[in-house]
Amino acid sequence: MMKSIIERISQGKFWQFHGGIHPPEQKKLTSEKPIRNIALPKQLILPLQQHIGSQGELLVTVGDKILKGQPLTKSLNPMSVPVHAPTSGIISAIKKSVIAHPSGLSELCIFIDVDGNDSWIKREICNDFKTLDKETIINKIASAGIAGMGGAGFPTHIKLSAKPEINFLIINAAECEPYITADDLLIREQSEAIIDGIKILDHLLTPAFILIGIEDNKPEAIKALQEATRNIEKIKVCILPTKYPTGGEKQLIKVLTGKEIKSGSLPINSGIIVQNIATCFAITDAVIHDIPLIRRVVTVSGKSLGKPQNIWALLGTPISYLLKQCDHTHENNNKLVVVMGGPLMGFSISNAQVPIIKTSNCILAPSAIEMPSAFSGKSNEVECIRCGQCSDVCPSQLMPQELQWSAKAKDYDQLNKLNLFDCIDCGACAYVCPSQIPLVEYYRIAKAEIRQQQLFDVKSEKAKTRFEARKIRLEKDKTARIEKHKKAAEARKAAMNNSTPEANGAKSAVAAALARVKAKKAASNNQKKSISNKEQHESNDQNHESSLKSNDNRKAKISATIAKVKAKKAQEASISKEVELNDSVTSTLKITDDKKVRIAATIAKAKAKEKEIDNKEEKVTFKSSSKNNQQKEST
Amino acid sequence: MAFWIASSPHNHNLNETSALMRLVIYAALPGILVQWYFFGWGNIIHISLAIITALVCEFTVLALRQKKIQPQLLDGSAILTAILLGICLPALAPWWISVIGTIFAIVIVKQLYGGLGHNLFNPAMAGYVMLLISFPLQMTSWQPPLSLMPMNVDFFHAISTIFTGFTPDGYSVEQLRTSADGFTMATPLDTLKTDLFLGLTVSESMTSPVFGDHFAVGWEWVNFAFLAGGLFLIIKKCIAWQTPVSFLFSLFICSFIAYTINPDNSASTMFHWFSGACMLGAFFILTDPVSGAASAKGRLIIGALAGLLVYLIREFGGYPDGVAFAILLCNMTAPLIDQFTRPRTYGHKRGET
Amino acid sequence: MIINIIIAILVLGSISVLFGALLGYAAVRFKVETDPIVDQLDSILPQTQCGQCGYPGCKPYAQAIANGESINKCAPGGEDTIKKIASLLGVEVEDLDENHEKDNRPKVAFIIEDDCIGCTKCIQACPVDAILGAAKQMHTIIIDECTGCDLCVAPCPVDCIEMRIIPETIQNWQWDLSKIPVKSLD
Repeated sequence: MMKSIIERISQGKFWQFHGGIHPPEQKKLTSEKPIRNIALPKQLILPLQQHIGSQGELLVTVGDKILKGQPLTKSLNPMSVPVHAPTSGIISAIKKSVIAHPSGLSELCIFIDVDGNDSWIKREICNDFKTLDKETIINKIASAGIAGMGGAGFPTHIKLSAKPEINFLIINAAECEPYITADDLLIREQSEAIIDGIKILDHLLTPAFILIGIEDNKPEAIKALQEATRNIEKIKVCILPTKYPTGGEKQLIKVLTGKEIKSGSLPINSGIIVQNIATCFAITDAVIHDIPLIRRVVTVSGKSLGKPQNIWALLGTPISYLLKQCDHTHENNNKLVVVMGGPLMGFSISNAQVPIIKTSNCILAPSAIEMPSAFSGKSNEVECIRCGQCSDVCPSQLMPQELQWSAKAKDYDQLNKLNLFDCIDCGACAYVCPSQIPLVEYYRIAKAEIRQQQLFDVKSEKAKTRFEARKIRLEKDKTARIEKHKKAAEARKAAMNNSTPEANGAKSAVAAALARVKAKKAASNNQKKSISNKEQHESNDQNHESSLKSNDNRKAKISATIAKVKAKKAQEASISKEVELNDSVTSTLKITDDKKVRIAATIAKAKAKEKEIDNKEEKVTFKSSSKNNQQKEST
Repeated sequence: MAFWIASSPHNHNLNETSALMRLVIYAALPGILVQWYFFGWGNIIHISLAIITALVCEFTVLALRQKKIQPQLLDGSAILTAILLGICLPALAPWWISVIGTIFAIVIVKQLYGGLGHNLFNPAMAGYVMLLISFPLQMTSWQPPLSLMPMNVDFFHAISTIFTGFTPDGYSVEQLRTSADGFTMATPLDTLKTDLFLGLTVSESMTSPVFGDHFAVGWEWVNFAFLAGGLFLIIKKCIAWQTPVSFLFSLFICSFIAYTINPDNSASTMFHWFSGACMLGAFFILTDPVSGAASAKGRLIIGALAGLLVYLIREFGGYPDGVAFAILLCNMTAPLIDQFTRPRTYGHKRGET
Repeated sequence: MIINIIIAILVLGSISVLFGALLGYAAVRFKVETDPIVDQLDSILPQTQCGQCGYPGCKPYAQAIANGESINKCAPGGEDTIKKIASLLGVEVEDLDENHEKDNRPKVAFIIEDDCIGCTKCIQACPVDAILGAAKQMHTIIIDECTGCDLCVAPCPVDCIEMRIIPETIQNWQWDLSKIPVKSLD
């Protein structure tokens, strides 16, 4: 079977995936200029998480001087990769800032004030990577912070630690989205380095075949790749017809090998690994030149820019700086549209401080004439007329019109039956819809809701189990307690009925205690609250009474606190809570200075409420303790 | 000046539903013109009446439903329904036929079911069938082609007959339909059916003047014009090719088989294709996306089913032309067919969800 | 004449007896076991065990609904739960009962540790044992287990528990584009 696949590939007869669209490419805006190097910006904003997985642990603090390439975070678990300083400078702040995500939410970022020296930390060049063993290479890739640069951001070292036999290593150079030419230019200018990176991958994974998938609208890049691989039999440059979304992982695999990845499983399970071509370049930098991932090629394009071009951008560069470098002009309408990513899958940016991260391949600033639908204020959505153009173009062979009916009706069961989660969010359906329905938006909302619902269901189950378990435990405790009391009462009765001196003493002690309690009760109009449960626990502490505070100040404060609390409770008319603050309660109270202010303010309030509250002047006794390193809990 | 947030995709191919509807209306124009040429002004008057009624009804209902009126009213769907209904009616039917039919189609079949995109049945066909069943006399008083008419029926005659029931000269519709020999002229399909019932063979029946040189005077050219319009729509990717092709193919197969078995009692395949409302139904009504199937396989099935039903009703049914009923029956089966003809999703095995 | 009527009655009668027997047999032979209605209702309720409906837990409320209690008492469940119960039982959807918390965003409890006196009253109140602590030891909320039911706030004698809204993160963002804070550049 493999042989037949290779035969077809060598002859250039590729497979096809269903659907796909041909939006205007607009690549000429930037494809004829080289990648530009720009001056260092004044400040860099580095989010701690620029990949799928979890954040790393910070290694630096505010005020630290850092060098270019210095690791700023440490990865704690395999699913996180570190971030590195893109240039030298001082860390001015570590705080939450808007990140490159469609939600516009803020996450923790490191703010670096650039000092302009661009001084490197010490690096070790490795001239022949074949001398390194696989473990070392993977560690180098991991500690260089490399994540998938095609847009997903999956930590590369995990993908490369694959154990099973790899049939195909596919290098994704398709770049199917309009406007984006970052990979195109990178190939043209750095084809040797990229092939080195592919050789490193070959050394690591030893695949049977290596395929570079590239669309036919990049003739110069194809030539460069063919030149660089002319002596390497194993690597085949596959020229694919231009169609969006050929660059999608599943679609690329289908086109190149004819295989379909089973829904819900990963390509590795079919012996295929896909890597973006820019990631290969980063791997070369990391393994050979010991350069961590600190910069990437970003296409800054769109007709509202004076000089649209590809730029070598340092990670953490704010978007506003890039737009200024390309002569961005605001137009006269009130809307500023900046998209991170391509026109079909990119998200709108809400804030000029959003930084470039490892997965940002394009900044798009279109003009209103160029992309009128991006500027439309009101939604032009009309009813779906079931024309079927959307299902004609869907690369996952779904039925978008049925999905949107179910999504609007919030029919989650039907959505699962229609395979909503196989949707890759490519936007082809919404691109062609004559009724201008924002289909992808509905699916995203539905997917988020379904995920939320699943989490909620799991949580409910847990809560139910805990509730049931608690009920059983309380029942058990209750019966055990009743047993114990019965036994103790019997023992006591038996003891008391003998007239021994101890028994008499016990009797009088009990009588005296009873009298004390009665007196107290008479002086107060306490309403009892039935202390439910844990009485066994409390009975151990019940007779702890200690002396009053030495500090009068403290006592006043404590009474004031209690009074304040009582005032509040008395105000709550809807819920009648009866609290019994009697001498059977023991607690520890820590008083800090902040409370002085609070307590003083509420003392006045509490005094005003004194009429309603019977100031029992309970000798609430406290034991001041330092921390909870005291007695062990006895349950 | 503020950042503008929108959801991806940010680009769009700027297709619009109203543009789609407009193209369909343009494609129907040749057929209307040919119909006018052969049958006079009657249908055009009905179409105009229907359009006015449709717009008024749609406006009223949208206002009652408190929906946005302006974009929905002029998106062409109501006008298209009115045009299709107007084409189907007999040329000299009374004016209230088209008015009642349009009101039924727009208010009950379309809006009451939920408006554009939600209707189960094709409004024009459902309206036609309702009229056919409720007013059989008026709906079967077909005007013969102008060339066969005993007296001249021009614009004023048509208006007068439609609105008052009599021409200015005082002739009624029935009298207009009576030929010089005293026979009441009917449509070709009707004539064939009656003659076969009377025991004549097809070739003997086809000598009747209503069949003309080919299949049906006037009707054949009308069908031909609708065929041309339909091919135009397919080229423009306005409608899916699966439905009309499978419909015509299935009708062809059925009539071919029948003709081979019993040529004396079966009309030819081309006769079936070019008579009655066959081409109109194939390209303009069965392809209505809202009431048809959603998937490609489903469309093939619906087309084939419709072809079979048209043939059966024409051969064995009570009505001469079965296109309207066949279409309605297929509309009914469309949701069920949708359930079973979902395409296989990428990454799933065939038949597995 | 009479004999015809008698024959007709006999024939129709025997046909109905036959079909009735067939139906009865099918009802017994092909019976489908379904959950008792209380379990189905319980699976719809959100399991916060908060008691806002007036019953000590979700299962008791489910039982009460099965016995005719009104379905609009569950505040944490909200509109969605009422709709689901209504469609399960085939009754009308009612509006949520008036006396309940207006803000229904999901919350978890938080103990202000500075103020906690270690009295264990909140631990006793929590229906799902989501509070960790012991007498004279610091108490703290286990966020993953807390259902936001609100029952621990009132028993605290020093009022140190507050309900905090669960913050929106990238993981639980629900794609509501209208809520993105947009920066104005003027």
